Parts: sequence; C-alpha cells; structure tokens
Amino acid sequence: MSSWPNKWEELPIGGVVDKPGNSLEVKTGSWRALKPVIDLDKCIKCLLCWVYCPDNAIIRRDDDYVEVDYEYCKGCGICAHECPTKAIDMVEEGGE
Amino acid sequence: MSRIRRLNEIPRKELFTSGHSLCAGCGIPPMVKMALKAIEGDKVVVNATCCLEVATTLYPHTSWLVPWVHNAFENAAATASGIESAMKVLLRKRDGKKYKIIVFGGDGGTFDIGLQSLSGALERGHNFLYVCYDNEAYMNTGIQRSGGTPLGAATTTSPAGRVIPGKPENKKNLMDIVIAHRVSYAATINPAYPTDMWNKFAKASDLLDKNEGPIFFHYYSPCPVGWRMDTALSIEAARLAVQTRLWPVYEVDHGKIIINIKVNKPKPIEEYLKIQGRFRHLLKPENRGVVERLKKYIDNNWNRLLKLAELDSIY
Repeated sequence: MSSWPNKWEELPIGGVVDKPGNSLEVKTGSWRALKPVIDLDKCIKCLLCWVYCPDNAIIRRDDDYVEVDYEYCKGCGICAHECPTKAIDMVEEGGE
Repeated sequence: MSRIRRLNEIPRKELFTSGHSLCAGCGIPPMVKMALKAIEGDKVVVNATCCLEVATTLYPHTSWLVPWVHNAFENAAATASGIESAMKVLLRKRDGKKYKIIVFGGDGGTFDIGLQSLSGALERGHNFLYVCYDNEAYMNTGIQRSGGTPLGAATTTSPAGRVIPGKPENKKNLMDIVIAHRVSYAATINPAYPTDMWNKFAKASDLLDKNEGPIFFHYYSPCPVGWRMDTALSIEAARLAVQTRLWPVYEVDHGKIIINIKVNKPKPIEEYLKIQGRFRHLLKPENRGVVERLKKYIDNNWNRLLKLAELDSIY
C-alpha cells in the first residue's frame, strides 16, 4: 500500500501494512524552521552527525563525507551542535 | 559482532527508516538505529506502547525494516517470552529458524506498568534483549511523572509551584531491580558515548548467540519536548548527565560491575539543570534544599557503584 487509502475497500485484509519501511513516503522535511548547511572543507569525517541524526537525514557518502537529506531533516540542530569542527551552520529556512 | 573504535566502522545499511513522527531532536532513534545494526542476524522487535511505537507506525506507514510486533504497555516482556518459547518449540519440532528478540520499552512501560512482566521474563531466563529507553516521564501521553522521573523535575502531574518543587521523590533505581534477577548482562547506555553503546550492543549480540539472555539495557533518552529544552541540546544533556555523575555508564557482566566512563572531575549538577526547563525552578534560592538532596543522591549512588566495582562479583 503506497499512500493513504481513499475507500475502506482499498485496505489490505487485516489492515496489515505490507511494505516495510514505507514511512519514507512521509517527507518530514516540512517540519523544519532552520536548515543545516554543511561546510565540507571543515568536515573531518568523524560521522557523529550521521550517528546522532534522529531522522537519518545525514547521508554518509562513499568517501565518508556527509550531506543533508532535506526531504527528511526536521531541523533539530543536533548535528550543528555536536559537530566538533563547527562545520554545520543552522540557517533560516527560505533565506538566501 | 565485532567491537568498534571509530564510528566509520558502523555499517551503512539502516533498518529503521526516515519519515517517522518522532519529535525533532528525539534521543530514541540514534539508539534504535544502532541496536538494529549491532545485533547481528535475523531479529524480531517487540515494542511496548511508547513514543517509539506510536510515532514509527502511523497507519498506513511503518519505519521498520525488521519484523515488528506491538503490544500493550504492560506485556512487552511477556510477548518476548512467548515469541522466544515458540521459536524454541519450532526449532525442536521442525525446521525452525533462530532469530534474536529485541524489546524496546519506554520508562513508563518498564519502570511502572511493565515491571511485573519484565521481572517474570527475567526470572524465567528467556533469551532476549530488553532495552528500556528512559526519557524520564510519560512523554507520549503528555509528560506525566513516572517512576523514572528524577527528583525535582516538573511534569504535568508534578508541576513546580508553591505546593511542590517538582517531583518530590527520587528516581527508581531500575538497574538494581534488574541486577537482583542475576541477569547475565545488564548495562546503562548513553547516546553521548556512541562507541561504548555500539560495543555493548555487539556484546549483547554475542551473548544472545550463546543463549545467555536475558540481557537488559537502560538507555538515557533525551526528550527536548518533555524536558523543555532546545532540540539541539539533546546529546549535550546526555553528556552532561554522565559528566555530572547523575547517569553512571556502567555494565554488569555476569555479576562484575565495570564503570565504563570514569568521571574523575564531575561537573556541578547546576550545569545539567540549567539547560532544561523542567528544572528551572530548582535554581531559585528557595529550592536549594532539593538540589542538595539531588547532589547527595548522586554522591551516594556513585560511591556505592565504586565500592561494588571493587568486588569480583556482586552475584
């Protein structure tokens, strides 16, 4: 089942959710007021932000540098606060 | 599972997806993500009613990529017991499959409502891992006090005012209750020390392979909404809790207590209190006595742990 059903007949039998991990369809990025912006020049690949991000919104690239997945980032700011080199800035959404 | 020293040794593949409705800055997902990666092999997650449950399975969506079962507040450990027993029977009677059982429960569902089923399951010795994520109140239902709420914390059912200075009672020592069951392995984990947390989960994974459960983990789970603090300060609060000795990070390995994070020069408890709105009233002069009580509790707890850590085994 991909999205919210329109009629009850569309529900699978037993109301089961038959697609694991389908909450990926819920784009929680709209919750955000401040957005993290990463300065990769300062990044030391410690991956703390990747471990701490509650929304898996920090993408760990193959080279272990990180980028932000704005579709899911709720803008909590943990990554910016915990970054040991202060490589992440929280900037106002919609600015610039 | 192998132990790690650096975070880049953690595998990339996530078994807990984005798109859940846990609040911004929630402390639960870092632990869940890590647990699902560090516990090797097939696994089943049993979830008591709690924040994690309601926020990750909003119908018709789920954030889980592993088999997952929800049950009431009071019977998470009982459900896990049943699953484990059924697995054993299937293994004996026909070609069953061995898998690991992980239970996630909140502090309300563990300290208070689910305590008897947890106690029963620990006593019967089922092979499972129970992780209590402790955000120190019933956050999911609107910040009511629980057995896990610390002394002096303001919640909606222990509001700070003229009558009481926040919760008048001390936090229940859940680890002591669990250790009283002589479990093979119990530990406290904290998000501010991720490698320590990973290594404990890896150890739990090995013990579950050897059928040495039950295993119990007590996780410190910061809650910006319930604690009335900035969402960015979640991990900072967790770190301060360890550095003020409020939350000792230790493990009990077959009776031997090991303090994993040694805090030689503790920070003043006020540093921890001042970043959280739930403790704001404690910084007023008239509530000095509560802070003193809290300090005494922390000192007693820490000194007691140091003494117990000297013993070869407390069992």
